[in-house]
Amino acid sequence: MGSRASTLLRDEELEEIKKETGFSHSQITRLYSRFTSLDKGENGTLREDQVNFRGFMRTLAHFRPIEDNEKSKDVNGPEPLNSRSNKLHFAFRLYDLDKDEKISRDELLQVLRMMVGVNISDEQLGSIADRTIQEADQDGDSAISFTEFVKVLEKVDVEQKMSIRFLH
Amino acid sequence: MLRAALSLLALPLAGAAEEPTQKPESPGEPPPGLELFRWQWHEVEAPYLVALWILVASLAKIVFHLSRKVTSLVPESCLLILLGLVLGGIVLAVAKKAEYQLEPGTFFLFLLPPIVLDSGYFMPSRLFFDNLGAILTYAVVGTLWNAFTTGAALWGLQQAGLVAPRVQAGLLDFLLFGSLISAVDPVAVLAVFEEVHVNETLFIIVFGESLLNDAVTVVLYKVCNSFVEMGSANVQATDYLKGVASLFVVSLGGAAVGLVFAFLLALTTRFTKRVRIIEPLLVFLLAYAAYLTAEMASLSAILAVTMCGLGCKKYVEANISHKSRTTVKYTMKTLASCAETVIFMLLGISAVDSSKWAWDSGLVLGTLIFILFFRALGVVLQTWVLNQFRLVPLDKIDQVVMSYGGLRGAVAFALVILLDRTKVPAKDYFVATTIVVVFFTVIVQGLTIKPLVKWLKVKRSEHHKPTLNQELHEHTFDHILAAVEDVVGHHGYHYWRDRWEQFDKKYLSQLLMRRSAYRIRDQIWDVYYRLNIRDAISFVDQGGHVLSSTGLTLPSMPSRNSVAETSVTNLLRESGSGACLDLQVIDTVRSGRDREDAVMHHLLCGGLYKPRRRYKASCSRHFISEDAQERQDKEVFQQNMKRRLESFKSTKHNICFTKSKPRPRKTGRRKDGVANAEATNGKHRGLGFQDTAAVILTVESEEEEEESDSSETEKEDDEGIIFVARATSEVLQEGKVSGSLEVCPSPRIIPPSPTCAEKELPWKSGQGDLAVYVSSETTKIVPVDMQTGWNQSISSLESLASPPCNQAPILTCLPPHPRGTEEPQVPLHLPSDPRSSFAFPPSLAKAGRSRSESSADLPQQQELQPLMGHKDHTHLSPGTATSHWCIQFNRGSRL
Repeated sequence: MGSRASTLLRDEELEEIKKETGFSHSQITRLYSRFTSLDKGENGTLREDQVNFRGFMRTLAHFRPIEDNEKSKDVNGPEPLNSRSNKLHFAFRLYDLDKDEKISRDELLQVLRMMVGVNISDEQLGSIADRTIQEADQDGDSAISFTEFVKVLEKVDVEQKMSIRFLH
Repeated sequence: MLRAALSLLALPLAGAAEEPTQKPESPGEPPPGLELFRWQWHEVEAPYLVALWILVASLAKIVFHLSRKVTSLVPESCLLILLGLVLGGIVLAVAKKAEYQLEPGTFFLFLLPPIVLDSGYFMPSRLFFDNLGAILTYAVVGTLWNAFTTGAALWGLQQAGLVAPRVQAGLLDFLLFGSLISAVDPVAVLAVFEEVHVNETLFIIVFGESLLNDAVTVVLYKVCNSFVEMGSANVQATDYLKGVASLFVVSLGGAAVGLVFAFLLALTTRFTKRVRIIEPLLVFLLAYAAYLTAEMASLSAILAVTMCGLGCKKYVEANISHKSRTTVKYTMKTLASCAETVIFMLLGISAVDSSKWAWDSGLVLGTLIFILFFRALGVVLQTWVLNQFRLVPLDKIDQVVMSYGGLRGAVAFALVILLDRTKVPAKDYFVATTIVVVFFTVIVQGLTIKPLVKWLKVKRSEHHKPTLNQELHEHTFDHILAAVEDVVGHHGYHYWRDRWEQFDKKYLSQLLMRRSAYRIRDQIWDVYYRLNIRDAISFVDQGGHVLSSTGLTLPSMPSRNSVAETSVTNLLRESGSGACLDLQVIDTVRSGRDREDAVMHHLLCGGLYKPRRRYKASCSRHFISEDAQERQDKEVFQQNMKRRLESFKSTKHNICFTKSKPRPRKTGRRKDGVANAEATNGKHRGLGFQDTAAVILTVESEEEEEESDSSETEKEDDEGIIFVARATSEVLQEGKVSGSLEVCPSPRIIPPSPTCAEKELPWKSGQGDLAVYVSSETTKIVPVDMQTGWNQSISSLESLASPPCNQAPILTCLPPHPRGTEEPQVPLHLPSDPRSSFAFPPSLAKAGRSRSESSADLPQQQELQPLMGHKDHTHLSPGTATSHWCIQFNRGSRL
C-alpha cells in the first residue's frame, strides 16, 4: 500500500505539502496511504465535500505538535498551520457553524448538546451556554468572537492540547 | 527558641516513657483494701502512647507553622525528622535505651496505607494517565536500573578495597541493598514536592513513579532476599526466571486486587442511600481491605491501594452524599498527614539508636554518590528515549529536578530493618547507610530543592480558577483529537481514551452509579455547578445580604420594599424554632385576615428564610440531619446569587434600561403559563401578581416513605414534598378546578392519607382540595422565592406546552452541518438524541443537583405532564434551587 501511495504522489506535490504543512516525507507518505484507504470512491477526494489530499494534509497539519526549532523561527514568514492561533481558529470554526466569526448562543448550544449527551436537560444546557457566553463576552454582543475566544483560552496550553503525535 | 519549645513539648512524652519502667513494682504488694485511686497505666499503655505520639506530632506541626519563615524555607519533613532526633535523644537519655522505633510492621500496616490511599484517591487521574507511559518507564526501568547499578557499583567498590573488610557482603547482598535503597519514596516525595509547587507534569511524573515503583521494589527486595537466604550457590536459573515472572505477578496482581476492590467499593456505595452515615467508613474500609489483601497475597499493596483509590473515585464521588464527600476528603487528609508526621518523627527517633548502627564511611559515601549519580544518569537516559515518543518533551531542567527529586524515605528504612541479621551479616552497616541516605535526601535535598527550582526557573504550577469556557473548550479539544487520530488511522492515546469514556458511559457508570447520579453526571455541568457555588460563596463572603441585594428593589416587586426586614426576621426567629407561618394560622377562619396572611406569607417566602423545625432524626445517631443553619445559608446563597447574577449581567452589558422590558413580558408569559397549567380544565384565568406562590411544605409520614421506597425513586432522607398553594381567595374561586385537578395525577402522587399539615392549612381547611402533590416523605417547610416559582413554571411550560419554539431550531440543526472542506470529518460525532430537546425539563433540571438523590421516575413525570407548571415547584427544595436559580435567571434574559 505504502509503495503504491508514494508512486501516486508526485514529488513536486509532496515537496509543496512538506513546505506548507511541515510534515516529514515519511509522514506524508504514510498519511497518503491512509488517505487512499479512506477514499472509497478512489477519485482523490473524500466524501461529498471534495476534500483532496492537499486539504486533508492542511487540516491535519493543525494538529502537528510545535517543535522546538519552530518556536524560535522568525516571525516574518507565513504563520505555520500548527501555530497556536491556527489551532485555536480551527477549534473556533467548529463552534462557528454559520461562519460569521462569532459563536452565538444557538451554535454553542448545538455543540454542547453533541458533547454532553442526553442526560442534561435543555434548561441546563441553556444555562451553561449562557454562562459560557457571559464569561467570555467582552463587548456585550452575547456572542463569542474569535478574539474573545482566544482571550478565555489564554491560560490553556493549547499547543499541547490541540496536538497529536504523528508517527514518523 | 524553637529547640526550647520542642524540648518542652517532649517533656510529657519523656514522662510517659518513664512510666512503664516504674510501674511494675507496685502490683507486687497486696492492695490494702479498697483503693480510692487506682493507677492503671498498663491497661491503657499502648493506645495511650499512640495517642500521645500523634498528639506530640500534631503539636509539633502547630509549632512549626507558627513561624511562616521557617516553614517556607525548611520542609516540614525535615523539621519532623529533626524533632524526632531530639525526642529520640531525650528518650534515650531518660530511659537509657532506645524505645519507640519505627517498626516495619506498624509502618507497613498502619502508617503507609493512609498516605498511599490519600495520594491515590486524590491523584489527578487525567494528568496521571496522560503521563502514564513516562511514569511507568521511570517506575519500572528506572528502579531496576538504580537497583542494579547501585548494587553492582557498591560491590565494585568493595572489590576495589574502598569498603572496610568488616562489611561482609557479597554481590547478592549489595544487590539486595541496592534494591531497597533505589526506590524513590512516595512519602518523602509527596512531603517535599507538595511544598515546592513545580508544574503538574513534573510533579505527576516524580510522584507517580514513587507510587508505582513499589511493585518493583517489593519484587526486587523479595527476590534478592530469598536469593541471599538460599545462598548464591543454590540459586538456579529457573529462580531468575521466577524472579522476572514474579515482577509481573506482583505488579499486575496488586493492580488487579486494587481494581476489584474499587469496583466493590463503587458498587457498595450505590446502595447506601439510606445509610449515609457509613459511606465514608466504607471508602476507608474497602481501601484498607484492598491493601491488606494485597499484602496477604504478597502482592504490591501500594499499587493495590493506589489503583483502588484511582479507580473508585469517580463513582464513589458521584454516589455518596455531599457531606460524605467532605468527610472522606478531610478524614483522608487528616489520616495521611498524621501518618506522614509520625513516620518522619519516628524516623528521626529510630536514627538515635546506635545499637543498630555500624558505620563505614566508604560504604556510606559510596552509596550516597552512587544513588545520586545513577539516578541522574538513569533519568537522562530514560528521558532521551521517552522524548522520542512524547508530545511534549521533557527538557533539561525537568530532568535535573527529576534526578534531584529522587528522595528516599521510610520505605527503604523499614525494608532494611526487616533484613535478617543472621542471613545478611552486613545488616548493621546497611542500616546506618540507609539512615544516612534517607536523612541526606530528605534534609539536604529537601532543603535545597526549593532554591534549586527557583534558581533553574522551573515552570511552576499556576493556580488559576477554572472557567466554564476552558472546561468546555478543552473538552472539545479532546473530542477533536480523538477524531483526528481516527482520521489519521493511528489509534493513539486520545483514541483509546475516547473509547474508554464511551465504554465507561455505556456500561461501567450505569452499573456503578446510582441512576440519579448517573443521569446528572456530566463534566461540563459539574464545572458549571461548582462555579456557581463558588460565586455564591464569594458573594456571601463579601458580605452580601439577602434583603439588601438589588433584587428586592426591582420595580416588579414594590411590596417587598415595605417589609421592615430586620424586625420581620427577628419576629420569625423569636417565634421559636418550630414556628412556621403556615401552622400559625391553622385555626383562623378564612377571612380577609386569612388572605392578608397568605399575601404576607408569600411575600416573606420570596425574601426571607426562616428557622424550620425538624421532625425527624434529631435524636438518631445514625442519621446526620442536615444542619438547619447550613440549610439556611444555602437558601441565602440561592437567593443572593440569583439577584447578584441579575445585577451582574445588567451592569456588565449595560442593559439596565432594558430591565423593565422583560418584566411585563414575563408577566404576560406567566399568565400564559398558568393558563396552560389550567388548560386541562378549559378554564383560563389571569392571575394577579401576588395571587400565587409556591410553598414547599413537608410533612413526615412513614407511609409515604415506604411508598417512595417501593417506587424506587431515590429520595434523600431529607427530601421534601411541595404543596403548591394559592392565596385563599383564589382557592375559593377555583375550588372546582382544583378538585378536578386532583383526579388527574396517578394514585402514587396522591397522598394515601391527608397528613396533618395538609388538614391544617388555612387554604386546605375549607376546600380540602388543591393542586397538591405529595411525592415523598417530608420534614420541613421551605419557602420558595416567588419569582423562582414563576420562572420555573414559565420555562417548563415553554418547553412543554410549546415545544416547537425550543425544538424546531434544534432539530433542524441536528444533522451535522456541512462545515466546509477543511474538516474532513465531523469530530464531534457523539450521538445527539433529539428526544433530549423536549425531555421533561423539570425532572432533568432537578437531576442537575449535584447532590440530588431525588428524582422521580420518568413515568411519573409523564403522569404529571399536564401539571408540569406546578410540578416544578416540587423541586424547589433548597438543594435543588441551587441549580435552579441560575436557570431561572438565564431564562429571564432570553425572554
